[in-house]
Amino acid sequence: MKEVEVLGNKDTRSGFGEGLLEVGRKNPDVVALCADLTGSLKMDAFVKEFPDRFFQTGIAEANMIGMAAGMTIGGKIPYTGTFAIFSTGRVYDQIRQSIAYSKKNVKICASHAGLTLGEDGATHQVLEDIGMMKMLPNMTVIVPADFNQTKQATIAIADIDSPVYLRFGRPVMPIFVKPDAEFIIGKADTIFEGTDVTIIACGHMVWKSIEAAQELEKQGISAEVINMHTIKPLDKNAILKSIAKTRCVVTAEEHMKNGGLGESVAQVIVENDLVPQEFVAVNDTFGESGNPMELMTKYGIDTQNVVDAALKVIARKK
Amino acid sequence: MEIQQIQDVASQVRRDILRMVANVNSGHPGGSLGCADFLSVLYFEIMKHNPSHFTMDGKEEDLFFLSNGHISPVWYSVLARSGYFPTAELGTFRVLSSRLQGHPATDKKLPGIRMASGSLGQGLSCAIGAAQVKKLNQDPQLVFTLHGDGELQEGQIWEAAMYASANKVDNLIATIDYNGRQIDGDLDEVLSLGNLAQKWQAFGWEVLEMDGHHVPEIIQTLNQAKKMTGNGKPIVIIMKTEMGKGVDFMMGSHKWHGVAPNPEQLANALGQLKETLGDY
Repeated sequence: MKEVEVLGNKDTRSGFGEGLLEVGRKNPDVVALCADLTGSLKMDAFVKEFPDRFFQTGIAEANMIGMAAGMTIGGKIPYTGTFAIFSTGRVYDQIRQSIAYSKKNVKICASHAGLTLGEDGATHQVLEDIGMMKMLPNMTVIVPADFNQTKQATIAIADIDSPVYLRFGRPVMPIFVKPDAEFIIGKADTIFEGTDVTIIACGHMVWKSIEAAQELEKQGISAEVINMHTIKPLDKNAILKSIAKTRCVVTAEEHMKNGGLGESVAQVIVENDLVPQEFVAVNDTFGESGNPMELMTKYGIDTQNVVDAALKVIARKK
Repeated sequence: MEIQQIQDVASQVRRDILRMVANVNSGHPGGSLGCADFLSVLYFEIMKHNPSHFTMDGKEEDLFFLSNGHISPVWYSVLARSGYFPTAELGTFRVLSSRLQGHPATDKKLPGIRMASGSLGQGLSCAIGAAQVKKLNQDPQLVFTLHGDGELQEGQIWEAAMYASANKVDNLIATIDYNGRQIDGDLDEVLSLGNLAQKWQAFGWEVLEMDGHHVPEIIQTLNQAKKMTGNGKPIVIIMKTEMGKGVDFMMGSHKWHGVAPNPEQLANALGQLKETLGDY
């Protein structure tokens, strides 16, 4: 039986908050900036414990990103915190010039990503951020799967001298990554081994893919589930090793089909070992207000969509 | 350094600028010529810095950020003449594989440059970040910036201005190259800045003004600004300059913002500027 131990239920943004506090204690060079969203980003504990290392910029994201870039000069490791929409599109040029091109050691920490921000609606539901960030040279892009992994990733990114985009979210979701698991940037986690289809997912869609694999198992289909928490650099070997066995792949992400994880996986497949692929992603549309889980269903990124995509891609195998 | 010596540096810097842009028939001579006196004073008289051992962190050194990156020729010349890299390298400006990119960049590791610039309006924020870290590190040195006047039309400048005064970033001296011109014409016609001194004052900054071509006045004003640091307020200097200063047919016109002189014009221009330190 394909089973994972559910260790609790929490939001990934809380994993960021706990991770930030821990990495702040571990590394005195870590500083944090926030554009008027400390509560939403769960940064309060860091602010309270390290008031001198926290910089409140007000609702001025461009200035926050520029300041963070400048703070690396003198040896600090700045973590910026705001919603994913304001962490990327609003400040793309600032990130491009002052962080990515200048290769500054800034960690752009982005909460409330994707549809699952929910009721605030499409103005705030960014579905293009992975694409924007992965296109930037020098940028590492990480989308952890649950609370524990977000905490682990928040701590791990301090150890690389490189710009990082860390994407997480708002909804309470099951925790299944072990609290003592080692987070290795660029190395995918295989959650289930399988032989009929490879499901590669990131973020909240990892849990949906676990559920889908369990459902597929009931139908006699053996699905391999890979948690591709690092979109860039992408773990090519994990993809190629898995598709050598299963000969087909489904990608699942809470992001636009254009520019997302699936597109990165497709590039690896096309260049190395051509197998059929199906995409579970939002297809060229904005979201809307609603309950997070209802939105996932309406926009085609729910468990059943992963199941359907798996059945379809298996049928396409020659 | 004697006033005459600094003026000699500035004259040579102007020659460098013209020869650099003429060589590749591209680049921005107008604003570069206008800031030659200021940057010569800053690097040769005011800042504590270490040209022979450049470090990205610049600990215990004064830092400089060029926010209006398109005037890279003047900065490159002043950096080379200060000893950051060989002056011969100025001849590679904007040439393929050069460390002297069209706009300043860090990726090719040219000593003296700590941040890419060119997309306008970002340098003040970067400088504020660096200034805050100097305080965290208990580093008493200062952070200097230079901005174009047209650049002040960018909203991020005013986000940064608001932050700096609200947070008492008083180890920062910003300078505005107030030449009144931008690509499309006179600044007042494109988008007036209104009363610029009052704007900065309203944002909580100490405001000084100076003639950007009078070397003794630049030295005196920058020293005055240094004395005003540490008092809870950031400082801005509104520096009146002439675009194209030093070359009669370039002065006072926005037309030389981003156009290089042809060989005849170059010869004419160089005839107006004394070769003091030897051409590269």
